[in-house]
Amino acid sequence: MYDTVIIGAGMSGLAAGIRLAYFDQKVCIVERHTTIGGLNSFYRLRGRSYDVGLHALTNYTPKGTKKGPLARLLRQLRIGWDEFALVPQIGSTIAFPDVTLSFKNDFEYFRQQVNEAFPHERDNFERLFQALVDYDDLDYTTADRSAREVVGEYLNDPYLIEMLFLPLMYYGSARENDMDFAQFCIMFRSIFCEGFARPFQGVRLILKKLSQKYRSLGGELKLRTGVSKLAIDNGRVKRVVLDDGSEILAKRVLSSAGWVETLRMCDDLPAPSRRQAGQVSFVETISSLDRMPQDFNHDQTIVFFNDSSKFHYEKPDGLVDLRSGVICSPNNYQYDEPLKEGVMRVTCLANFDRWADLPEEEYRLAKLEWYDRINGSAIRFVPDYRSYVVETDTFTPTTIQRFTWHDNGAVYGAPQKRYDGTTHLRNLFVCGTDQGFMGIVGAITSGISMANWHCLR
Amino acid sequence: MTRDEIRDVILDILEGIAPDENLDDLKDEVPFREQLELDSMDFLDIVMELRKRYRIQIPEEDYGELVSMESTVNYLEPRMKEVAK
Repeated sequence: MYDTVIIGAGMSGLAAGIRLAYFDQKVCIVERHTTIGGLNSFYRLRGRSYDVGLHALTNYTPKGTKKGPLARLLRQLRIGWDEFALVPQIGSTIAFPDVTLSFKNDFEYFRQQVNEAFPHERDNFERLFQALVDYDDLDYTTADRSAREVVGEYLNDPYLIEMLFLPLMYYGSARENDMDFAQFCIMFRSIFCEGFARPFQGVRLILKKLSQKYRSLGGELKLRTGVSKLAIDNGRVKRVVLDDGSEILAKRVLSSAGWVETLRMCDDLPAPSRRQAGQVSFVETISSLDRMPQDFNHDQTIVFFNDSSKFHYEKPDGLVDLRSGVICSPNNYQYDEPLKEGVMRVTCLANFDRWADLPEEEYRLAKLEWYDRINGSAIRFVPDYRSYVVETDTFTPTTIQRFTWHDNGAVYGAPQKRYDGTTHLRNLFVCGTDQGFMGIVGAITSGISMANWHCLR
Repeated sequence: MTRDEIRDVILDILEGIAPDENLDDLKDEVPFREQLELDSMDFLDIVMELRKRYRIQIPEEDYGELVSMESTVNYLEPRMKEVAK
Protein backbone atom coordinates (compact mmCIF):
# COMPACT_ATOMS: atom_id res chain seq x y z
CA MET A 1 0.00 0.00 0.00
CA TYR A 2 1.47 3.33 -1.09
CA ASP A 3 0.74 6.59 0.68
CA THR A 4 0.49 8.29 -2.70
CA VAL A 5 0.54 7.07 -6.27
CA ILE A 6 1.40 9.80 -8.79
CA ILE A 7 0.29 9.40 -12.38
CA GLY A 8 2.83 10.84 -14.82
CA ALA A 9 6.57 11.46 -14.51
CA GLY A 10 6.61 14.95 -15.99
CA MET A 11 7.94 17.97 -14.15
CA SER A 12 4.92 18.25 -11.86
CA GLY A 13 4.77 14.54 -10.98
CA LEU A 14 8.48 14.39 -10.20
CA ALA A 15 8.31 17.54 -8.08
CA ALA A 16 5.32 16.22 -6.12
CA GLY A 17 7.16 12.94 -5.69
CA ILE A 18 10.20 14.69 -4.23
CA ARG A 19 8.07 16.54 -1.68
CA LEU A 20 6.23 13.42 -0.58
CA ALA A 21 9.27 11.16 -0.49
CA TYR A 22 11.22 13.79 1.44
CA PHE A 23 8.53 13.76 4.09
CA ASP A 24 8.76 9.98 4.37
CA GLN A 25 5.78 8.93 2.32
CA LYS A 26 5.89 5.71 0.38
CA VAL A 27 5.44 7.05 -3.13
CA CYS A 28 5.26 5.52 -6.57
CA ILE A 29 5.21 7.46 -9.85
CA VAL A 30 3.74 5.52 -12.78
CA GLU A 31 4.52 6.76 -16.29
CA ARG A 32 3.05 5.27 -19.46
CA HIS A 33 5.78 6.51 -21.79
CA THR A 34 9.21 4.92 -22.04
CA THR A 35 10.89 8.01 -20.65
CA ILE A 36 10.32 10.76 -18.10
CA GLY A 37 9.52 14.40 -18.78
CA GLY A 38 6.06 14.43 -20.38
CA LEU A 39 5.80 17.56 -22.50
CA ASN A 40 9.28 18.63 -21.45
CA SER A 41 11.21 15.63 -22.57
CA PHE A 42 13.91 14.84 -25.09
CA TYR A 43 14.66 12.21 -27.65
CA ARG A 44 17.54 10.99 -29.80
CA LEU A 45 17.38 10.63 -33.54
CA ARG A 46 20.21 9.77 -35.94
CA GLY A 47 22.82 10.60 -33.33
CA ARG A 48 21.39 13.95 -32.24
CA SER A 49 19.53 14.89 -29.08
CA TYR A 50 16.38 16.95 -29.37
CA ASP A 51 14.39 18.70 -26.67
CA VAL A 52 10.62 18.50 -26.81
CA GLY A 53 8.93 21.40 -25.11
CA LEU A 54 11.55 23.56 -23.52
CA HIS A 55 12.61 26.58 -25.57
CA ALA A 56 13.40 28.43 -22.41
CA LEU A 57 12.81 28.13 -18.75
CA THR A 58 10.73 31.15 -17.81
CA ASN A 59 10.67 32.81 -14.37
CA TYR A 60 14.46 33.05 -14.37
CA THR A 61 15.86 35.19 -11.58
CA PRO A 62 19.59 35.41 -10.80
CA LYS A 63 21.20 33.42 -8.01
CA GLY A 64 20.55 34.92 -4.61
CA THR A 65 17.10 36.23 -5.48
CA LYS A 66 14.88 35.27 -2.56
CA LYS A 67 11.51 36.11 -3.95
CA GLY A 68 9.71 34.59 -6.89
CA PRO A 69 8.64 31.18 -8.12
CA LEU A 70 12.11 29.88 -9.02
CA ALA A 71 13.56 30.67 -5.59
CA ARG A 72 10.51 29.16 -3.93
CA LEU A 73 10.63 25.89 -5.82
CA LEU A 74 14.35 25.42 -5.20
CA ARG A 75 13.72 25.91 -1.46
CA GLN A 76 10.80 23.53 -1.49
CA LEU A 77 12.74 20.82 -3.32
CA ARG A 78 15.93 21.41 -1.30
CA ILE A 79 17.80 21.83 -4.57
CA GLY A 80 20.71 24.23 -4.73
CA TRP A 81 20.62 27.20 -7.09
CA ASP A 82 23.60 25.98 -9.10
CA GLU A 83 22.24 22.50 -9.72
CA PHE A 84 19.99 23.56 -12.60
CA ALA A 85 22.96 25.44 -14.10
CA LEU A 86 20.67 28.05 -15.63
CA VAL A 87 22.15 30.45 -18.15
CA PRO A 88 20.20 33.64 -18.95
CA GLN A 89 19.06 34.55 -22.45
CA ILE A 90 20.71 37.14 -24.68
CA GLY A 91 17.50 38.87 -25.74
CA SER A 92 14.18 38.20 -27.44
CA THR A 93 11.68 40.05 -29.57
CA ILE A 94 8.01 40.28 -30.42
CA ALA A 95 7.91 41.01 -34.14
CA PHE A 96 4.81 42.41 -35.83
CA PRO A 97 4.75 44.04 -39.28
CA ASP A 98 4.95 47.64 -38.01
CA VAL A 99 6.47 47.32 -34.55
CA THR A 100 9.14 45.19 -32.92
CA LEU A 101 9.44 45.07 -29.14
CA SER A 102 12.60 43.66 -27.59
CA PHE A 103 12.93 42.31 -24.11
CA LYS A 104 15.65 40.91 -21.89
CA ASN A 105 15.66 39.59 -18.37
CA ASP A 106 15.15 43.18 -17.23
CA PHE A 107 11.67 44.66 -17.02
CA GLU A 108 12.95 48.25 -17.14
CA TYR A 109 14.27 47.64 -20.64
CA PHE A 110 10.94 46.26 -21.83
CA ARG A 111 9.01 49.12 -20.23
CA GLN A 112 11.13 51.57 -22.24
CA GLN A 113 10.51 49.63 -25.42
CA VAL A 114 6.76 49.76 -24.86
CA ASN A 115 6.86 53.45 -23.94
CA GLU A 116 8.83 54.34 -27.07
CA ALA A 117 6.62 52.36 -29.43
CA PHE A 118 3.34 53.21 -27.72
CA PRO A 119 3.84 56.59 -25.97
CA HIS A 120 0.07 57.16 -25.85
CA GLU A 121 -0.30 54.03 -23.70
CA ARG A 122 2.42 54.91 -21.18
CA ASP A 123 0.17 55.54 -18.19
CA ASN A 124 -2.21 52.72 -19.03
CA PHE A 125 0.62 50.24 -19.37
CA GLU A 126 1.94 51.37 -16.00
CA ARG A 127 -1.43 50.77 -14.34
CA LEU A 128 -1.72 47.35 -15.95
CA PHE A 129 1.76 46.50 -14.74
CA GLN A 130 0.86 47.48 -11.16
CA ALA A 131 -2.23 45.26 -11.28
CA LEU A 132 -0.12 42.37 -12.55
CA VAL A 133 2.63 42.59 -9.96
CA ASP A 134 0.09 42.82 -7.15
CA TYR A 135 -1.76 39.73 -8.29
CA ASP A 136 -1.37 36.79 -5.89
CA ASP A 137 -0.68 33.66 -7.94
CA LEU A 138 -1.86 31.36 -5.18
CA ASP A 139 -5.21 33.15 -4.94
CA TYR A 140 -7.58 31.19 -7.12
CA THR A 141 -10.79 33.15 -6.55
CA THR A 142 -10.73 35.46 -9.59
CA ALA A 143 -8.39 33.28 -11.54
CA ASP A 144 -10.53 32.45 -14.55
CA ARG A 145 -11.67 35.94 -15.59
CA SER A 146 -11.02 36.66 -19.25
CA ALA A 147 -7.60 38.26 -19.59
CA ARG A 148 -8.70 40.08 -22.76
CA GLU A 149 -11.51 41.65 -20.80
CA VAL A 150 -9.29 42.74 -17.91
CA VAL A 151 -6.42 43.96 -20.12
CA GLY A 152 -9.00 45.82 -22.26
CA GLU A 153 -9.96 47.80 -19.16
CA TYR A 154 -6.41 49.15 -18.97
CA LEU A 155 -5.11 49.40 -22.55
CA ASN A 156 -6.73 51.01 -25.58
CA ASP A 157 -4.38 50.28 -28.46
CA PRO A 158 -5.29 46.86 -29.92
CA TYR A 159 -1.87 46.60 -31.56
CA LEU A 160 -0.10 46.68 -28.18
CA ILE A 161 -2.63 44.26 -26.71
CA GLU A 162 -2.00 41.74 -29.50
CA MET A 163 1.76 42.11 -29.09
CA LEU A 164 1.58 41.44 -25.35
CA PHE A 165 -0.66 38.43 -25.79
CA LEU A 166 1.49 36.77 -28.46
CA PRO A 167 4.33 35.41 -26.29
CA LEU A 168 2.13 34.85 -23.26
CA MET A 169 -0.34 32.73 -25.19
CA TYR A 170 2.28 30.75 -27.06
CA TYR A 171 4.02 29.94 -23.79
CA GLY A 172 1.02 29.02 -21.77
CA SER A 173 -2.55 29.42 -22.93
CA ALA A 174 -4.80 26.41 -23.16
CA ARG A 175 -7.68 28.67 -24.21
CA GLU A 176 -8.05 29.76 -27.80
CA ASN A 177 -7.80 33.53 -28.37
CA ASP A 178 -7.90 34.32 -24.66
CA MET A 179 -6.33 33.37 -21.33
CA ASP A 180 -7.45 33.17 -17.76
CA PHE A 181 -6.40 36.42 -16.12
CA ALA A 182 -4.40 34.41 -13.58
CA GLN A 183 -2.47 32.80 -16.43
CA PHE A 184 -1.89 36.19 -18.00
CA CYS A 185 -0.42 37.59 -14.77
CA ILE A 186 1.76 34.57 -14.15
CA MET A 187 3.00 34.46 -17.73
CA PHE A 188 3.56 38.22 -17.94
CA ARG A 189 5.70 38.19 -14.83
CA SER A 190 7.53 35.01 -15.78
CA ILE A 191 8.45 36.31 -19.26
CA PHE A 192 8.74 40.11 -19.02
CA CYS A 193 9.58 40.71 -15.34
CA GLU A 194 11.69 37.64 -14.65
CA GLY A 195 12.92 36.10 -17.87
CA PHE A 196 14.35 33.25 -19.90
CA ALA A 197 17.17 30.87 -19.12
CA ARG A 198 18.30 27.43 -20.19
CA PRO A 199 20.78 24.89 -18.87
CA PHE A 200 23.68 24.31 -21.25
CA GLN A 201 22.66 20.66 -21.43
CA GLY A 202 19.01 21.47 -22.06
CA VAL A 203 15.96 20.07 -20.38
CA ARG A 204 17.55 16.70 -19.67
CA LEU A 205 19.69 18.27 -16.96
CA ILE A 206 16.64 19.46 -15.04
CA LEU A 207 14.94 16.09 -15.48
CA LYS A 208 18.06 14.28 -14.35
CA LYS A 209 18.30 16.41 -11.21
CA LEU A 210 14.65 15.88 -10.36
CA SER A 211 14.66 12.14 -10.92
CA GLN A 212 17.96 11.71 -9.03
CA LYS A 213 16.61 13.65 -6.11
CA TYR A 214 13.38 11.68 -6.13
CA ARG A 215 15.14 8.30 -6.20
CA SER A 216 17.67 9.31 -3.56
CA LEU A 217 14.75 9.95 -1.21
CA GLY A 218 13.42 6.44 -1.79
CA GLY A 219 10.76 7.25 -4.36
CA GLU A 220 9.78 4.54 -6.84
CA LEU A 221 9.41 5.23 -10.55
CA LYS A 222 7.80 2.79 -12.98
CA LEU A 223 8.16 3.59 -16.69
CA ARG A 224 6.06 1.86 -19.41
CA THR A 225 3.36 1.64 -16.78
CA GLY A 226 0.10 3.25 -17.81
CA VAL A 227 -2.97 3.45 -15.61
CA SER A 228 -5.98 1.98 -17.38
CA LYS A 229 -8.53 2.44 -14.63
CA LEU A 230 -9.11 3.88 -11.19
CA ALA A 231 -11.54 1.57 -9.39
CA ILE A 232 -13.87 3.72 -7.29
CA ASP A 233 -15.77 2.66 -4.22
CA ASN A 234 -17.77 4.92 -1.96
CA GLY A 235 -16.29 8.19 -3.23
CA ARG A 236 -12.71 7.02 -3.04
CA VAL A 237 -10.14 5.51 -5.35
CA LYS A 238 -9.80 1.96 -4.06
CA ARG A 239 -7.41 0.42 -6.58
CA VAL A 240 -5.17 1.68 -9.36
CA VAL A 241 -5.44 -0.73 -12.29
CA LEU A 242 -2.48 -0.75 -14.68
CA ASP A 243 -2.42 -1.38 -18.42
CA ASP A 244 -1.13 -4.92 -17.90
CA GLY A 245 -4.07 -5.71 -15.62
CA SER A 246 -2.11 -5.70 -12.37
CA GLU A 247 -3.25 -3.48 -9.52
CA ILE A 248 -1.63 -1.27 -6.95
CA LEU A 249 -3.14 0.18 -3.81
CA ALA A 250 -2.72 3.71 -2.56
CA LYS A 251 -4.22 5.91 0.12
CA ARG A 252 -4.46 8.69 -2.45
CA VAL A 253 -3.76 9.39 -6.08
CA LEU A 254 -2.28 12.57 -7.55
CA SER A 255 -2.72 12.67 -11.31
CA SER A 256 -0.82 14.83 -13.76
CA ALA A 257 -2.43 13.04 -16.69
CA GLY A 258 -4.80 15.91 -17.46
CA TRP A 259 -8.33 16.65 -16.33
CA VAL A 260 -10.35 14.83 -18.99
CA GLU A 261 -7.73 12.10 -19.16
CA THR A 262 -7.95 11.53 -15.39
CA LEU A 263 -11.74 11.50 -15.26
CA ARG A 264 -11.76 8.95 -18.06
CA MET A 265 -9.83 6.56 -15.80
CA CYS A 266 -12.50 6.74 -13.09
CA ASP A 267 -14.86 3.78 -13.43
CA ASP A 268 -17.73 5.58 -11.70
CA LEU A 269 -18.15 8.16 -14.49
CA PRO A 270 -19.31 8.00 -18.08
CA ALA A 271 -16.32 8.58 -20.36
CA PRO A 272 -15.87 12.34 -20.88
CA SER A 273 -15.75 13.61 -24.44
CA ARG A 274 -12.52 14.45 -26.21
CA ARG A 275 -14.09 17.82 -27.00
CA GLN A 276 -13.70 18.97 -23.40
CA ALA A 277 -9.95 18.66 -23.79
CA GLY A 278 -7.85 21.51 -25.15
CA GLN A 279 -7.60 22.30 -28.85
CA VAL A 280 -4.30 24.14 -28.87
CA SER A 281 -1.49 22.14 -30.34
CA PHE A 282 1.76 22.85 -32.11
CA VAL A 283 4.01 21.64 -34.83
CA GLU A 284 7.71 22.30 -34.46
CA THR A 285 10.57 22.06 -36.91
CA ILE A 286 14.11 21.67 -35.67
CA SER A 287 16.99 22.53 -37.97
CA SER A 288 20.58 21.66 -37.15
CA LEU A 289 23.00 24.04 -38.86
CA ASP A 290 26.61 23.94 -40.05
CA ARG A 291 27.31 27.20 -38.19
CA MET A 292 26.15 29.16 -35.20
CA PRO A 293 23.20 31.58 -35.50
CA GLN A 294 25.49 34.43 -34.44
CA ASP A 295 27.67 33.67 -37.49
CA PHE A 296 24.82 34.96 -39.67
CA ASN A 297 24.02 37.82 -37.32
CA HIS A 298 21.14 36.22 -35.53
CA ASP A 299 21.61 36.73 -31.80
CA GLN A 300 18.00 36.65 -30.64
CA THR A 301 17.08 33.93 -28.17
CA ILE A 302 13.39 33.80 -29.06
CA VAL A 303 11.49 35.65 -31.78
CA PHE A 304 7.70 35.67 -31.45
CA PHE A 305 6.31 36.66 -34.84
CA ASN A 306 2.94 37.57 -36.28
CA ASP A 307 2.45 38.81 -39.83
CA SER A 308 -0.57 41.08 -39.38
CA SER A 309 -2.00 43.44 -36.78
CA LYS A 310 -4.32 40.76 -35.42
CA PHE A 311 -2.99 37.67 -33.65
CA HIS A 312 -5.05 34.50 -34.06
CA TYR A 313 -4.39 31.96 -31.34
CA GLU A 314 -6.65 29.12 -32.34
CA LYS A 315 -6.76 25.69 -33.86
CA PRO A 316 -6.25 26.27 -37.60
CA ASP A 317 -8.53 24.75 -40.24
CA GLY A 318 -5.56 23.42 -42.15
CA LEU A 319 -2.64 21.40 -40.83
CA VAL A 320 -0.63 24.45 -39.74
CA ASP A 321 -1.19 28.19 -39.25
CA LEU A 322 1.76 30.02 -40.82
CA ARG A 323 0.69 33.51 -39.80
CA SER A 324 2.40 33.44 -36.41
CA GLY A 325 5.00 31.41 -34.62
CA VAL A 326 7.96 31.19 -32.30
CA ILE A 327 11.57 30.95 -33.47
CA CYS A 328 13.99 29.73 -30.84
CA SER A 329 17.76 29.46 -31.04
CA PRO A 330 19.02 27.46 -28.07
CA ASN A 331 22.49 28.77 -28.91
CA ASN A 332 21.59 32.31 -27.99
CA TYR A 333 22.02 32.11 -24.24
CA GLN A 334 24.98 33.58 -22.38
CA TYR A 335 26.93 30.32 -22.15
CA ASP A 336 30.64 30.25 -21.33
CA GLU A 337 31.27 27.96 -24.29
CA PRO A 338 29.24 27.44 -27.47
CA LEU A 339 26.84 24.54 -27.97
CA LYS A 340 28.11 21.83 -30.27
CA GLU A 341 25.88 22.89 -33.14
CA GLY A 342 23.69 25.75 -34.31
CA VAL A 343 19.97 25.08 -34.03
CA MET A 344 16.84 26.90 -35.16
CA ARG A 345 13.49 25.70 -33.84
CA VAL A 346 10.24 27.05 -35.22
CA THR A 347 6.87 26.43 -33.57
CA CYS A 348 3.47 27.11 -35.16
CA LEU A 349 -0.14 26.39 -34.26
CA ALA A 350 -1.41 23.13 -35.72
CA ASN A 351 -4.57 21.07 -36.01
CA PHE A 352 -4.39 17.73 -34.19
CA ASP A 353 -7.22 16.04 -36.09
CA ARG A 354 -5.78 16.89 -39.48
CA TRP A 355 -2.40 15.42 -38.54
CA ALA A 356 -3.89 12.39 -36.80
CA ASP A 357 -6.07 11.58 -39.83
CA LEU A 358 -3.14 11.33 -42.24
CA PRO A 359 -2.15 7.81 -43.32
CA GLU A 360 1.47 7.02 -42.52
CA GLU A 361 2.99 7.81 -45.89
CA GLU A 362 1.06 11.07 -46.24
CA TYR A 363 2.01 12.02 -42.69
CA ARG A 364 5.67 11.60 -43.58
CA LEU A 365 5.28 13.70 -46.72
CA ALA A 366 3.25 16.34 -44.89
CA LYS A 367 6.07 16.72 -42.38
CA LEU A 368 8.50 17.42 -45.22
CA GLU A 369 6.17 19.80 -47.01
CA TRP A 370 5.34 21.75 -43.87
CA TYR A 371 8.97 21.83 -42.79
CA ASP A 372 9.62 23.91 -45.92
CA ARG A 373 6.57 26.11 -45.53
CA ILE A 374 7.12 26.78 -41.80
CA ASN A 375 10.75 27.76 -42.28
CA GLY A 376 9.80 29.84 -45.31
CA SER A 377 7.42 31.69 -43.01
CA ALA A 378 10.01 32.13 -40.26
CA ILE A 379 12.69 33.69 -42.46
CA ARG A 380 10.45 36.71 -42.90
CA PHE A 381 11.50 37.61 -39.35
CA VAL A 382 15.06 36.26 -39.00
CA PRO A 383 18.02 35.99 -41.42
CA ASP A 384 17.58 33.20 -43.96
CA TYR A 385 19.41 30.17 -42.54
CA ARG A 386 18.01 27.55 -44.88
CA SER A 387 21.23 26.93 -46.84
CA TYR A 388 23.10 26.09 -43.59
CA VAL A 389 20.80 23.26 -42.58
CA VAL A 390 22.48 19.86 -42.20
CA GLU A 391 19.73 17.88 -40.48
CA THR A 392 16.07 18.39 -39.67
CA ASP A 393 13.30 16.88 -37.67
CA THR A 394 9.68 17.89 -37.25
CA PHE A 395 7.33 16.99 -34.45
CA THR A 396 3.60 17.33 -34.74
CA PRO A 397 0.49 17.26 -32.52
CA THR A 398 0.54 13.47 -32.68
CA THR A 399 4.09 13.45 -31.32
CA ILE A 400 2.96 15.69 -28.48
CA GLN A 401 0.13 13.29 -27.78
CA ARG A 402 2.60 10.42 -27.56
CA PHE A 403 4.72 12.24 -24.98
CA THR A 404 1.91 13.78 -22.94
CA TRP A 405 -0.98 11.39 -23.57
CA HIS A 406 -3.13 14.55 -23.75
CA ASP A 407 -6.26 14.31 -25.89
CA ASN A 408 -5.80 16.27 -29.12
CA GLY A 409 -2.08 16.63 -28.37
CA ALA A 410 -3.17 19.65 -26.35
CA VAL A 411 0.14 21.17 -25.26
CA TYR A 412 -1.31 23.17 -22.41
CA GLY A 413 -4.13 20.80 -21.55
CA ALA A 414 -7.76 21.70 -21.01
CA PRO A 415 -9.02 25.29 -21.25
CA GLN A 416 -10.84 24.99 -17.93
CA LYS A 417 -8.28 24.74 -15.13
CA ARG A 418 -8.80 23.11 -11.74
CA TYR A 419 -6.93 25.62 -9.64
CA ASP A 420 -7.73 23.90 -6.35
CA GLY A 421 -6.69 20.48 -7.67
CA THR A 422 -9.72 18.67 -6.29
CA THR A 423 -11.96 16.16 -8.07
CA HIS A 424 -15.29 14.52 -7.23
CA LEU A 425 -13.35 11.93 -5.21
CA ARG A 426 -11.96 12.51 -1.74
CA ASN A 427 -8.58 10.95 -2.43
CA LEU A 428 -7.97 11.90 -6.06
CA PHE A 429 -6.27 15.17 -6.95
CA VAL A 430 -4.81 16.70 -10.09
CA CYS A 431 -1.56 18.55 -10.68
CA GLY A 432 0.35 19.70 -13.74
CA THR A 433 -0.97 21.65 -16.73
CA ASP A 434 -4.63 21.09 -15.95
CA GLN A 435 -4.27 22.31 -12.40
CA GLY A 436 -3.17 25.59 -13.84
CA PHE A 437 0.50 26.54 -13.73
CA MET A 438 2.41 26.66 -17.01
CA GLY A 439 5.98 26.30 -18.09
CA ILE A 440 8.63 24.27 -16.34
CA VAL A 441 8.69 26.39 -13.22
CA GLY A 442 4.89 26.43 -13.23
CA ALA A 443 4.64 22.68 -13.60
CA ILE A 444 7.11 22.09 -10.78
CA THR A 445 5.26 24.62 -8.60
CA SER A 446 1.99 22.84 -9.35
CA GLY A 447 3.40 19.49 -8.22
CA ILE A 448 4.79 21.04 -5.06
CA SER A 449 1.68 22.98 -4.09
CA MET A 450 -0.75 20.14 -4.75
CA ALA A 451 1.47 17.73 -2.82
CA ASN A 452 1.62 20.19 0.07
CA TRP A 453 -2.03 21.01 0.01
CA HIS A 454 -3.64 17.62 -0.52
CA CYS A 455 -1.09 14.97 0.34
CA LEU A 456 0.96 16.29 3.25
CA ARG A 457 -1.63 17.79 5.58
CA MET B 1 15.09 19.29 24.99
CA THR B 2 15.92 22.61 26.53
CA ARG B 3 14.82 25.93 25.10
CA ASP B 4 18.27 26.47 23.63
CA GLU B 5 18.25 23.07 21.99
CA ILE B 6 14.83 23.71 20.51
CA ARG B 7 16.08 27.03 19.19
CA ASP B 8 19.02 25.24 17.51
CA VAL B 9 16.61 22.78 15.92
CA ILE B 10 14.53 25.61 14.45
CA LEU B 11 17.66 27.35 13.20
CA ASP B 12 18.77 24.13 11.55
CA ILE B 13 15.37 23.76 9.88
CA LEU B 14 15.45 27.36 8.65
CA GLU B 15 18.97 26.83 7.39
CA GLY B 16 17.73 23.89 5.33
CA ILE B 17 14.74 25.77 3.94
CA ALA B 18 16.59 28.98 3.18
CA PRO B 19 20.29 28.23 2.85
CA ASP B 20 21.06 31.71 1.54
CA GLU B 21 19.61 33.56 4.53
CA ASN B 22 21.92 34.96 7.19
CA LEU B 23 20.44 33.61 10.40
CA ASP B 24 23.11 34.96 12.76
CA ASP B 25 21.26 38.23 13.23
CA LEU B 26 17.83 36.67 13.68
CA LYS B 27 15.89 38.53 16.36
CA ASP B 28 13.87 36.10 18.44
CA GLU B 29 11.01 38.43 19.27
CA VAL B 30 10.51 39.74 15.70
CA PRO B 31 8.25 37.73 13.36
CA PHE B 32 10.17 35.51 10.90
CA ARG B 33 8.15 37.06 8.11
CA GLU B 34 9.68 40.48 8.76
CA GLN B 35 13.24 39.22 8.74
CA LEU B 36 13.33 36.37 6.26
CA GLU B 37 11.95 35.91 2.78
CA LEU B 38 9.66 33.06 3.72
CA ASP B 39 6.21 32.50 2.30
CA SER B 40 3.33 30.33 3.45
CA MET B 41 4.78 27.26 1.78
CA ASP B 42 8.00 27.70 3.71
CA PHE B 43 6.12 28.02 6.99
CA LEU B 44 4.38 24.76 6.30
CA ASP B 45 7.84 23.27 5.94
CA ILE B 46 8.78 24.18 9.51
CA VAL B 47 5.78 22.15 10.63
CA MET B 48 6.61 19.33 8.25
CA GLU B 49 10.25 19.18 9.30
CA LEU B 50 9.27 18.96 12.97
CA ARG B 51 6.98 16.08 12.13
CA LYS B 52 9.63 14.38 10.03
CA ARG B 53 12.42 14.76 12.56
CA TYR B 54 10.69 14.45 15.92
CA ARG B 55 7.22 13.07 15.16
CA ILE B 56 5.68 16.21 16.58
CA GLN B 57 2.19 16.87 15.22
CA ILE B 58 1.16 20.51 15.10
CA PRO B 59 -2.52 21.00 14.36
CA GLU B 60 -3.38 23.57 11.73
CA GLU B 61 -5.10 25.90 14.19
CA ASP B 62 -1.77 26.24 16.04
CA TYR B 63 0.28 27.35 13.03
CA GLY B 64 -0.08 30.94 14.21
CA GLU B 65 2.08 30.09 17.24
CA LEU B 66 5.09 29.73 14.95
CA VAL B 67 5.25 33.38 14.01
CA SER B 68 8.60 34.22 15.60
CA MET B 69 11.48 32.31 17.15
CA GLU B 70 10.34 33.26 20.64
CA SER B 71 6.74 32.17 20.16
CA THR B 72 7.85 28.99 18.41
CA VAL B 73 10.13 28.00 21.28
CA ASN B 74 7.40 28.87 23.81
CA TYR B 75 4.96 26.70 21.93
CA LEU B 76 7.32 23.77 21.47
CA GLU B 77 8.93 23.75 24.92
CA PRO B 78 6.24 21.70 26.70
CA ARG B 79 5.74 19.54 23.61
CA MET B 80 9.41 18.72 23.17
CA LYS B 81 10.40 18.38 26.83
CA GLU B 82 10.55 14.59 26.56
CA VAL B 83 12.15 14.54 23.11
CA ALA B 84 15.78 13.45 23.13
CA LYS B 85 18.20 15.68 21.34
